[in-house]
Amino acid sequence: MKTSVRIGCGAGFSGDRLEPALMLVQQGELDYLVLECLAERTIALAQKRKRQDATLGYDPLLERRIERLLPYLLAQKVRLITNMGAANPLAAAQKIVDIAQRLSLPVRVAAVTGDDVFSLLSALETGQPLSASGPLISANAYLGIEAILPALATDANIIITGRVADPSLFLAPLVHEFGWSPNDYDLLGQGTVIGHLLECAGHLTGGYFADPGRKDVPDMAHLGHPFAEVSSDGTAVFGKVAGTGGLLNLATAKEQLLYEVMDPSQYLTPDVVADFTQVRLAETGPNQVRASGGQGQPRPDKLKVSVGYEAGFIGEGEISYAGANALGRAQLAGAIIQERLQDRFTDLRIDYIGSTSVHRTNFGHYPAPYEIRLRVAGRALTAQQAALVGEEVEALYTNGPAAGGGARKYVHELVGIVSTLIDRNQVSPHVTLFQS
Amino acid sequence: MTIKLYDIAHSRAGDKGNTLTLSLIPYKAEDYPLLQAQVTAEAVKQHLGDIVAGEITRYELPNLPALQFVCQQALMGGVTTSLTMDTHGKSLSFALLEMRIDGGDK
Repeated sequence: MKTSVRIGCGAGFSGDRLEPALMLVQQGELDYLVLECLAERTIALAQKRKRQDATLGYDPLLERRIERLLPYLLAQKVRLITNMGAANPLAAAQKIVDIAQRLSLPVRVAAVTGDDVFSLLSALETGQPLSASGPLISANAYLGIEAILPALATDANIIITGRVADPSLFLAPLVHEFGWSPNDYDLLGQGTVIGHLLECAGHLTGGYFADPGRKDVPDMAHLGHPFAEVSSDGTAVFGKVAGTGGLLNLATAKEQLLYEVMDPSQYLTPDVVADFTQVRLAETGPNQVRASGGQGQPRPDKLKVSVGYEAGFIGEGEISYAGANALGRAQLAGAIIQERLQDRFTDLRIDYIGSTSVHRTNFGHYPAPYEIRLRVAGRALTAQQAALVGEEVEALYTNGPAAGGGARKYVHELVGIVSTLIDRNQVSPHVTLFQS
Repeated sequence: MTIKLYDIAHSRAGDKGNTLTLSLIPYKAEDYPLLQAQVTAEAVKQHLGDIVAGEITRYELPNLPALQFVCQQALMGGVTTSLTMDTHGKSLSFALLEMRIDGGDK
């Protein structure tokens, strides 16, 4: 049994940069690389792609990531754990095998399935029917380490999953390597703290942190992603590859520890109810932070399920005004658009970019800026109807206030997400092996 | 004198459905009691005004030290269907840091 395990996180969302993961595998001396690529909505979008083509439905960047990483993963003997399977882990595993064959590399892939509970939707109905939100697309339960451990017990180089709880991607290899008991809630809690600190990748190493002059981060262009060297007692020392940019210190670790946390004494995962309140962080060297003290209570009986539904379309239009009375002209344009569209849209939003568009207020602290961009958004059942928003904004060129410029228009399909719960015993995870 | 939270603390926003989370972390641990005393859930609710429609709950983490605010109905429907610019509410950490408190002799 190992006395320590080193896990790196090379992606914190589906669109994350590829280079930091490569750097981690080449120089991080890792045992495991995790790529976390599945946000709440991502899987519903993937399910839509799978409906159109049964061989798709996995992460759109899977091919590019695997092509770049695979030779180094095998050479450095680093096992990859990733949720890039999205709505179709089996097709993703086959795609990885295809890539390996093309590169003449031997690879074994374990695909974890069972998170797709769409066929059980009727069992999930609570008070209000789920279908009241809109036509349903997908329903995926958040699986935990129980689903990943059997895959780790095989000799697979790559473990690819669909929806699993993000921290479980990291906790699973720790439990696998150290043989932590499913009843040792404090170890599971501490392992969940480790997973939570790593799961957003660059979030721990100075990404999403910098504020020039106040919170400076060096060489952000070459931001490195983090790894954790974890001891069998759960103590973890976080670091990043020497020579990469970024910053890992108490401040960056604290911001990430609390990121998206509701009650810090009860962080719910499929594996444990983790308690973050006793976590101790210490700087143990340059770009090095030690974390210990995570605790836990027995896991919840039910699993969270994300249900995706079709929520219609959003139409957007933008146009800029600059110079004297820019805000006044933009506000006149907004009023004109409001009058022209209000009968056709129940849900219309008018924002003034550069003033109040993001926080919907400026707290009265700031003077009017030199330039303003009007932004109008409306929701509609069809793409054609949604397009009216951009068309009306563009028409301000000849039918609006003076000197509007740079009009742009967009239409996007909307996918909504609602959450519900499912009994654990209704979900049965499964592992399927593939090899090149 | 009056100071902005921005002068003594940093923050990161997160989202879960239509719920916004905001951490508030003093640069210096010695400023934690000041935050604990003045940046109450009620004061934050008043400061954020229309941004947060629902309740705000504050959690204290004296070991870090830091405060965590959990704001219900803050994202106008949440990331997936909202018409707002910043559907995640990711920029709202800096809305919290706009809040002014009595900094004593600072």
